[in-house]
Amino acid sequence: MSKIRLKNLRHSYLPNPQSDEDWALKHMSVDWSDGGAYALLGPSGCGKTTLLNIISGLLTPTEGEVWFGDEEVSSQPADQRNIAQVFQFPVVYDTMTVYDNLAFPLRNRGFDEPAIDKKVREIANMLDLGETLMTRASGLTADGKQKISLGRGLVRSDVNVIMFDEPLTVIDPHLKWVLRSKLKELHQQIGTTMIYVTHDQTEALTFADQVVVMQQGEVVQIGSPVELFERPRHTFVGHFIGSPGMNVLACDVDQGRPVYDGIALDVTSKVRVDDPSARLEVGIRPEFVSFADQGIPVTVEKVSDAGRVSIVETRNGDDVIKLLVPDGDPVPADGAFLKFDPDHTRVYADDWVVSRGSNE
Amino acid sequence: MKKISVVPIIYILFLMLPIYWLINMSFKTTNEILGVFTLWPQEFTLDNYIKIFTDPTWYNGYFNSLTYVGINTVISVSVALPAAYAFSRYRFLGDKHLFFWLLTNRMAPPAVFALPFFQLYSAVGLFDTPLAVALAHCLFNIPLAVWILEGFMSGVPKELDETAYVDGYSFPRFFVRIFVPTIAAGIGVACFFCFMFSWVELLLAKTLTSVAAKPIAATMTRTASTSGYELGLLAAAGALTIIPGAFVIYFVRNYIAKGFALGRV
Amino acid sequence: MNNKTVNPKAWFFVLPVVVLVAFNAIIPLMTVVNYSVQETFGNNIFFWEGVKWFETVLNSERFHASLLRQLMFTGIILAIEVPLGVVIALTMPKNGIWVSFCLVFMAMPLLIPWNVVGAMWNIFALPDIGLLGHMINALGIDYNFTRQPVAAWFTTILMDVWHWTSLVVLLAYAGLRSIPDAYYQAAKIDGAKPWAVFRYIQLPKMKRVLTIAILLRFMDSFMIYTEPFVLTGGGPGNSTTFLSIDLVKVALGQFDLGPAAAMSLIYFLIVLLVCWVFYTLMMKNEDQ
Repeated sequence: MSKIRLKNLRHSYLPNPQSDEDWALKHMSVDWSDGGAYALLGPSGCGKTTLLNIISGLLTPTEGEVWFGDEEVSSQPADQRNIAQVFQFPVVYDTMTVYDNLAFPLRNRGFDEPAIDKKVREIANMLDLGETLMTRASGLTADGKQKISLGRGLVRSDVNVIMFDEPLTVIDPHLKWVLRSKLKELHQQIGTTMIYVTHDQTEALTFADQVVVMQQGEVVQIGSPVELFERPRHTFVGHFIGSPGMNVLACDVDQGRPVYDGIALDVTSKVRVDDPSARLEVGIRPEFVSFADQGIPVTVEKVSDAGRVSIVETRNGDDVIKLLVPDGDPVPADGAFLKFDPDHTRVYADDWVVSRGSNE
Repeated sequence: MKKISVVPIIYILFLMLPIYWLINMSFKTTNEILGVFTLWPQEFTLDNYIKIFTDPTWYNGYFNSLTYVGINTVISVSVALPAAYAFSRYRFLGDKHLFFWLLTNRMAPPAVFALPFFQLYSAVGLFDTPLAVALAHCLFNIPLAVWILEGFMSGVPKELDETAYVDGYSFPRFFVRIFVPTIAAGIGVACFFCFMFSWVELLLAKTLTSVAAKPIAATMTRTASTSGYELGLLAAAGALTIIPGAFVIYFVRNYIAKGFALGRV
Repeated sequence: MNNKTVNPKAWFFVLPVVVLVAFNAIIPLMTVVNYSVQETFGNNIFFWEGVKWFETVLNSERFHASLLRQLMFTGIILAIEVPLGVVIALTMPKNGIWVSFCLVFMAMPLLIPWNVVGAMWNIFALPDIGLLGHMINALGIDYNFTRQPVAAWFTTILMDVWHWTSLVVLLAYAGLRSIPDAYYQAAKIDGAKPWAVFRYIQLPKMKRVLTIAILLRFMDSFMIYTEPFVLTGGGPGNSTTFLSIDLVKVALGQFDLGPAAAMSLIYFLIVLLVCWVFYTLMMKNEDQ
């Protein structure tokens, strides 16, 4: 087990990349500390599977280095890197029993049978597969097969990191929760670094201690789920995380304060914009917007009940602003005013944050 | 350019020897073919090809063949797709027996069917039309297409269908947008085989047509019987029959080589 | 697939197929059965003969001889073409321009009408004027397929291998291409050697496709007529007279409709039986 470092990585699937779009992964350097539970979160096509395959060794990066501990492994093939990977569709050896499936990686590496037997039974029990050891792998349900895939990674005690590529895609919805909990439990038990790729924020935020958010080949932010929620550094993080996502509104900046619709907004620390031609936006989560007696004029358009809160959609001109109102609180009928919590009002220039909250 | 293993190259060389010989013969006169052994025509002649391109019975034969083969391929693969899906995904009364029964239609030599088919298609008034041959060939091509497609469909996990429904796809949209691309290889192969088996079938094509829809098959067997063995002409005709099929497989090559597109649903 | 849902409406999916195939199958089949149990001396007058023709055929030495030849031929064909086809498919490129090249050239033998195949191999293999015949004799081997039964068998088999192996290659190749990359990746991570990859991933995943290939080649080689007939005419003597050739001789040559129809039915039943047994064995493990 060791720390994984990615230095100055860039990857393109084309032989002669010319423009920015030709690069599946744009410049990035990321460190993954030993034993962490990471999620790699982003929409389809953002490059997360590419990144995963570079770490696992199924792909050699066009530029940059991959380090496992003190060793540079950039071009080392997957079977020598001591990694394990669970894929989107269950990958099992259909003609073998569950037992033989789990024993396969160990047999290929030349361990002797008694040692293999001990390890296989240990892992099978950990994954609740003990009963099915002698059945053919093809007879199991999808979640059983994913467990076998996971098991094949766990039987090897020299595994540095286990990678999951959207592993719950084909699992029944009601079993997803069970498996997610199992994975978290396993992580606490064995402490191996785990990297979990997904486009589902719930999966990412419940599994991981640290989330790496990606968009279009770039790492946009790395942080704990709380950090990503409260202090998004990029408008994409704001959009993507949280349901509903962050409100992003075009604005100007005047004397260190964002100005929306002619109204100057309070912020905790002054905003400084270096590039005068940048596109400026103010972002605020619906959780931190509330009705007030004065402020931004809006008309109330729609109210949806979401359990303990209601999601209220309001409109100012062409902009839709959403806010959450606790269940039971009054919602004005037509015209109203909104105020934004200054601590959570952020300004973004060309999508990147330029203002800081009080706790940064 | 990626390296290629030597095995396919050797195999292709083996395949090309007789074909080279065929082309060799097509540029010779029948006398020379039967007279001497020459690797290259001593008296190079284009007569055989000229005959084919100028004689209506010959070039019409090609068009007629292409017509019924095209119709048959389209029909066969189109009706086979839903049927194969049903066999692959559903259990229903008689499914196993029906599936095997389909294959049994390929188990009798076509000679057995020649006379009855002649009577049948004359009775429904379709004698001497491309449609008759196209429909007759359905007897063996549809089962083939169903079997091939079912084989490939079974390799696609059922979870893919279910995930699509959960994501809100309607059945037609799921089938066209998601399912068909995953079985691309099977469709490519099924199309090519339907084309091929219909294209080379001689007996029924000859039996069910006389003048209007006479296929290339009939014209070619004629050369072997009536005017003696016009080998040069036969060789030229044979060489030309390779071309349409070569186009077909070229068009479906991406389907066949595409493989399983495990795209995100 | 061990998790099919029960769905009686599935019949609608299958209906067009059933209609089109049954239309072509039932009526001619009835005609043949009809002939097989009757006798005619021409003039469309038929006499009921019951199972007499079946008995005659099954007891005839001639039938036994051609059946034996047929079985040997088909056995050799399957033993060569199936493994050869799979090996070639395994070594074929996966992408790039070489794929098109391979697919197009490998498809060519399949596209030539079968009488042309027979005719071209006839000339090709002749000792004096054909390339193959000339080459073999130039090596010092006395080869003449028109006179030597062994040479005739060799040529017929070579011709069939040349003609049909590509069918196995195409099916096997398409089957291989359909295996998701994830399996190969997982095998790599598991440290599997190439033979293990073949045995545990490729071969099982190709099972259905290979079943189709084997059944197709069995059926078509068992019923083979045109190519060997044009090549050797069934000779020299009757050394290459396979079942179909014999059947046509009986039906057309002697115009014995009764025995011919009976022979056709027996023929069909043999093919049916073998296919059914093979298919059932292959699919035995599928539904658990």
